[in-house]
Amino acid sequence: MKILVPIKRVVDYNVKVRPLGDQSDVDLNNVKMAMNPFCEIAVEEAVRLKEAGTASEVVAVTVGKSDSQEQLRTALALGADRAILAETDSLLEPLAIAKVLSKVIEEESPQLVILGKQAIDGDNNQTGQMLAAMLNYSQATFASEVVIDGDSASVTREIDGGLQTIKVSLPAVITTDLRLNEPRYASLPNIMKAKKKELDVKPVGEMGVDINNRMELLSVELPASRQEGIKVESVEELVGKLKEEAKVIS
Amino acid sequence: MSILVIAEHDNSNLKPATLNTVAAAKELNGEVHLLIAGNSCQSVADEATGVEGVSKILMSDNAAYENHLAESTANLIKSVAANYSHILAAATTFGKNVLPRLSALLDVQQISEITEVVSEDTFKRPIYAGSCIATVKSNDSIKVITVRATAFDPVNSSGGSASIENIDADNISDLTSFVGEEIAQSDRPELTAAGIVISGGRGMQSGDNFHLLEAIADKLGAAVGASRAAVDAGFVPNDYQVGQTGKIVAPDLYIAVGISGAIQHLAGMKDSKVIVAINKDEDAPIFQVADYGLVADLFNALPELSEQL
Repeated sequence: MKILVPIKRVVDYNVKVRPLGDQSDVDLNNVKMAMNPFCEIAVEEAVRLKEAGTASEVVAVTVGKSDSQEQLRTALALGADRAILAETDSLLEPLAIAKVLSKVIEEESPQLVILGKQAIDGDNNQTGQMLAAMLNYSQATFASEVVIDGDSASVTREIDGGLQTIKVSLPAVITTDLRLNEPRYASLPNIMKAKKKELDVKPVGEMGVDINNRMELLSVELPASRQEGIKVESVEELVGKLKEEAKVIS
Repeated sequence: MSILVIAEHDNSNLKPATLNTVAAAKELNGEVHLLIAGNSCQSVADEATGVEGVSKILMSDNAAYENHLAESTANLIKSVAANYSHILAAATTFGKNVLPRLSALLDVQQISEITEVVSEDTFKRPIYAGSCIATVKSNDSIKVITVRATAFDPVNSSGGSASIENIDADNISDLTSFVGEEIAQSDRPELTAAGIVISGGRGMQSGDNFHLLEAIADKLGAAVGASRAAVDAGFVPNDYQVGQTGKIVAPDLYIAVGISGAIQHLAGMKDSKVIVAINKDEDAPIFQVADYGLVADLFNALPELSEQL
């Protein structure tokens, strides 16, 4: 079984992102970039399926600028067998990214696509579901457990009230939630080996896909800030403040 | 202009987030319809006829819709989509699962988790875990939108007088089947709907210690939540998680106990009206958003708090 893992290069999760001075966009000058944390979980799950003998090949793919090769190399160091960069200098929306990915999938014909449930930059939570719709694949979002069983997969999903288990026929799209696994760190020998693995670059411009944006970003601002609070000295003072000042308990 | 809201329900009752989503839909100044797809869900439709601001209920009652699986639900919504300028659902795990699939079927770019309606095509939404708020304008002919429920006050659930129209099931998919569900049973209010929330973090040290929070929750009629660290450590189940990728809450009172205050957690609770932080580390970032901070060992403070309530 071949598994395709789409990943995304995003601002490192420790960076506090701020708007540009003219509020036209976020300020990404000189910020640290990394693989989206949910994508790391997706790579890990695919690699574990390969180590268990369930999968035969793991292909990492991303849609973005040339510098996204860095994150593809990370995926290779974590255990992916080869990588594909669908290269474009444009900043694509999830709909366009899903279209490009579905083109790659048409060529690669994987039995399973595993990707992060959301990227921590736009917080959209869309690409996997869109991809499943375009390919007419089944979808299992927010996965916390995946069990492959022949031509189907049993997936436990994190839903608002608890957990739900569904059976999806393969090929399927699975999106990862936080509790699916704990991703490994790449070892130095594996980082060195990853440099020699195959990384294909395919220009998005030659795919014949409509990647035009449907949305305009009008402005980016800071959220309303909270008024500075106070420190109380004791539980008694806290309860007094909540009753008499804030009036939120009686 | 007509707006379609996708109702969320359990085949017996409407979920409260539907009322917040209708509130967002009303700001678009069109006729608001509510789609109920379910199995033996007549009682949900009857209940929904009373929802303020809704003029028509579209009900599709079919065994295929019992568990709200994305494939068939998205196909059904697509079958009526051409009649609407906007299609909205709450940004719950249900809405987040179904609406992007619908968007791709309609070839439109979804607008996720809006917190404000600026005009019929322009919306505000948080990005980067709420560090920034983006204002975006959609140029698609149908706007597919998920709504952050806490950003809109719910409409009344009674007093309305909507009609019910039955619609046929459409293009039922057999790609996915339902196996089972483990839904947490609790007498406490639901996290996203509670007026008071008390949450524990890594500082709680174990799942057993959450009984200290539960004792207070029961006195206040509060829901119990947790930070990602506490969920990852296995103290409590995933449905407790408040944060960027968990639940978004905005209660009247949020009490954060033993939570350091990572930006990913703040993203899920910083719109609460009053925030209390109890932490023994006086430099914890949670104090920067707290209205009332108490620097104390939670194992002393919690029993004392419970006693004084």
